[in-house]
Amino acid sequence: MKILVAVKRVIDYNVQVRVKEDGTGVVTDNVKMSTNPPDDNAIEEAVKIKEAGKAKEVVAVTIGEDKAQETVRKALAVGADKGIHVKVDGIIEPLAVSKILQKIVEKEKPDLVFMGKQAIDDDCNQTGQMLAALLNWPQATFASKIEVKDKSLEVTREVDEGLETIETNIPSIVTCDLRLNEPRYASLPNIMKAKKKPLEQINASDLGVDTKPRIEQIKVEEPPKRKAGIKVANVAELVQKLKNEAKVI
Amino acid sequence: MSREVMEYDVVVVGGGPSGLATVIKLKQLNPDINVCLLEKASEIGAHILSGNVFETRALDELLPNWKDLNAPVKTKVTKEKFLFLTQSKSLSWPTWLLPKVQQNHNNYIISLANLCRWLAEQAEALGVEIFPGFPASEVLYNEDGSVKGVATQDMGLDKDGNKKDSHEPGMELHAKVTVFAEGCRGHLGKTLIKKFELDKNRNPQQYGIGFKEIWEINEEKHQEGLVMHTAGWPLDNKTYGGSFVYHAENKQVFLGYVIGLDYQNPYLSPFDEFQRFKTHPSIKTILEGGKRISYGARALIEGGLQSLPKMYMPGGLLIGCDAGTLNMPKIKGSHTAMKSGIIAAEAINYHLKDKDDLSIYEKLFKESWAYKELYEARNVKPSFSWGLILGIIFTGIDQILFRGKLPFTLKHKHADHETLKLAKEMPKIDYPKPDNIITFDKTSSVYLTGTNHADNQPVHLKLKDKDLPINYTLEKFDEPAQRYCPVGVYEVQTENNVKKFVINSQNCIHCKTCDIKEPSQNINWVTPEGGGGPKYGNM
Repeated sequence: MKILVAVKRVIDYNVQVRVKEDGTGVVTDNVKMSTNPPDDNAIEEAVKIKEAGKAKEVVAVTIGEDKAQETVRKALAVGADKGIHVKVDGIIEPLAVSKILQKIVEKEKPDLVFMGKQAIDDDCNQTGQMLAALLNWPQATFASKIEVKDKSLEVTREVDEGLETIETNIPSIVTCDLRLNEPRYASLPNIMKAKKKPLEQINASDLGVDTKPRIEQIKVEEPPKRKAGIKVANVAELVQKLKNEAKVI
Repeated sequence: MSREVMEYDVVVVGGGPSGLATVIKLKQLNPDINVCLLEKASEIGAHILSGNVFETRALDELLPNWKDLNAPVKTKVTKEKFLFLTQSKSLSWPTWLLPKVQQNHNNYIISLANLCRWLAEQAEALGVEIFPGFPASEVLYNEDGSVKGVATQDMGLDKDGNKKDSHEPGMELHAKVTVFAEGCRGHLGKTLIKKFELDKNRNPQQYGIGFKEIWEINEEKHQEGLVMHTAGWPLDNKTYGGSFVYHAENKQVFLGYVIGLDYQNPYLSPFDEFQRFKTHPSIKTILEGGKRISYGARALIEGGLQSLPKMYMPGGLLIGCDAGTLNMPKIKGSHTAMKSGIIAAEAINYHLKDKDDLSIYEKLFKESWAYKELYEARNVKPSFSWGLILGIIFTGIDQILFRGKLPFTLKHKHADHETLKLAKEMPKIDYPKPDNIITFDKTSSVYLTGTNHADNQPVHLKLKDKDLPINYTLEKFDEPAQRYCPVGVYEVQTENNVKKFVINSQNCIHCKTCDIKEPSQNINWVTPEGGGGPKYGNM
């Protein structure tokens, strides 16, 4: 079995994201970037399945500018066998990402495609679903547990009501939740070995995919600042304020 | 427990200006040399914080074509100002009356973090292996006592030291020469100075704490290339310190404050002095209408030549501010740090090729311009122990009339942890509340540093005696850790009438001030899990 894992380079989750003054986007110059956190879970799970002898090969793919290769190298350092970097400059929307991934799937012929449930930069939560539609494969989203059976997967999903367990046929798309596992650290020797693992570079334009944005971004701005709270002396005052000032009761 | 071992010719600990200069120079001298560099930050530059008005002398020597290589050294200093502040007034000091070391017209306003990122790219292109996210946590020794290399920190331990599922043991890096370039108060450097008595017959090291904020200000107030320094208010005559205001590119202003850690009043809060400084009319006017976008702090070396330890030991070298090469009156250390790194590479090359003893490093250093600078600067900082006014008068005589050539050397008498007076003898200081426009509290400030440490890991701020803060330091000094820490790591909380000392180590920005200033030297800063700490952008 072969598992393809899609990983995305995003602004590190510890960085306070700053909106550009002209409202055209957020500041990314000299900002610490790293792998989208649930994508780390996706790689970890694929590598675990391989280590359990249930998969033969793990391929990590990323789409983006040259520096996105760091994300693939990191995946290679924690156990992926091969990397693919599809080069695109500028903003690329989930639909275009899905179409590129569709081409990669046709080329690599994996049995499973894993990825994070969503990326922490645009929070779209669309790519896995759209890829499943394009490929006409079953999908299991928000996975917090994956069991590989003979020709199917048993996946526990994090849903609003609690946990839902479903079975999907292979091939299948799985989008991963942060609760799925605890990603391992890359060790020094493995980081060095990762530098020698194969990393294929493809230009998105060569795949015949139209990556032009469908959505026009008009303006990016910071959310309005929250007003400071106040302390009330007693319940009566609270009720009075909720009634007369906040007008919520 | 046996750990994996990797062998190198040279291992460098720390990816700042000195360490990066060393690895680049080594590869230039001998491309076959096998070099690796460890960095505790998640990426090169993420733990770098500096003013920075940059003198290019060392960079000119290391990479003469830096302009063609598109180094992030672009904003030439165009105008200089020096102000003495009183509470409401400012007195401008003519630039021609400043000592030569404080004149900056050939220098550049840069982000040292960005310069380091660029230097790392140059180093990697030369074949240096750079590993960010891997702190060197212990020094390894050969049987004969010489330095064998370092070990990296274990990853994936819980707070009690048990292995988690993700546990990844540290590994040993062995080298013919290990270069320690951790910056001011490196935690391995500290143990090496002690073990090899490198500071024997030297004055105690002197430190300062430096704060920096980056502001985006109104276009009409921005004067790209303007460098301004101030002395005086809000500090009293006895406390050593001053500010910098550098107008960088993109309407940004690099604003900072440095306070000598030899201050005496335990109630002094360096953070609040910095915040208060910004309310001075001549500073506030620059910032009004602007926005604070970054914050950080870092301890720096102020001891100069008198406190500079021996810089070599069997199998190892101490370079940059891990030793203490900052030129205090010049308010610059990046150029001397880089120079010490270049010299270290030359010494190592001689050592590996001709079997020269590593002591050649100190010989080469003493023949260099960096040493000459430090020699001429040596009397400035100690003269300020007489107070600001006398310090300035003496510095004028020493630097302008004699150019640092007076036939005597003043001494630093005390280590910084010895200078605090008892709380009951000193006045409390009432700091104004932050207005959240110009001045801020520590909580909103630490948020801007992007600091994080993986949850549930061992506390990396070790107390030698865990009861001392409450039983002794609180009573005698009103536990100054609550104030000298620039991000509020240390708190004294009262629960059911019992006081307890709380360490919020996840907020630590690795400035090392606690390790320096704690009056009983009770706090030991050790490396947390790799990648932890601040994530500075263009600091």
